[in-house]
Amino acid sequence: MENFTIIQDIAAIALMLGGVFFMLVGSIGINRLPDFYCRAHAAGKVDTLGIMMFVGGMVVHEGFTLTSAKLILIIAFVAVTSPVATHALARRALLSGLKIWERQEPLK
Amino acid sequence: MTPTRVDACHIEGMKSQTDSPIIHVCARGLAPVILIIGLYVFFHGHYSPGGGFQGGVLLAASFLLLRMTLGTQISQLVMPSRLTITLSAIGALIFAGTGLVAIFAGGNFLDYGFLPVPWFDPAYLRNYAILFIELGVTLTVMATLVSIYDDLLEA
Repeated sequence: MENFTIIQDIAAIALMLGGVFFMLVGSIGINRLPDFYCRAHAAGKVDTLGIMMFVGGMVVHEGFTLTSAKLILIIAFVAVTSPVATHALARRALLSGLKIWERQEPLK
Repeated sequence: MTPTRVDACHIEGMKSQTDSPIIHVCARGLAPVILIIGLYVFFHGHYSPGGGFQGGVLLAASFLLLRMTLGTQISQLVMPSRLTITLSAIGALIFAGTGLVAIFAGGNFLDYGFLPVPWFDPAYLRNYAILFIELGVTLTVMATLVSIYDDLLEA
């Protein structure tokens, strides 16, 4: 029982650290990328995986309770809605004629 | 951009707002789940975070998701615009009517123990009669949010 608690804590910490890493990468991408489409690319995929891993760490930390069932439901919702919301934003931006970014001068 | 694909929502004369099948499938799959979660939050407000206002906002979110993706005309089948003001008034009437019935039965305003339900002890009645109040709040919040969205579309 003692070993199981240690393994559970290690798994939860590993999942949460992975989630923090992906959220950090997504935030840097949103700030640094030049275009709306590039930023949607950064926000749509990386943040989804980061939130899923973070909430997954919470599920592992919680164990088999009703709260972890609700957290798994949150994971399912985020996995469905976040890419679809990004798709809707990017599609509407493309249809309304937002220009795609191009590099102004060639690299030296 | 002409729609080349036959979609279930592309009925003749009821053209939907967007042509993307991804958004259609996601919205039509998610809206009933949001309805179920709204009802859960409403009924489980005694024991966990939630209650009338939060449940009503979740129900309204389900209807508004359908309005934003499928278009206003198709989502009239789910929640007609002419019903919203009536439903909001009915919710306020349930709220105030529970309090007034308690006054007429001999107690104070919103004193659930005096409600004339004969097969309940007053202790259980004080526990369960909050559901009437929550029902009124839920109906009012849901209908008011949907009607605010409809009025913003018309303006």
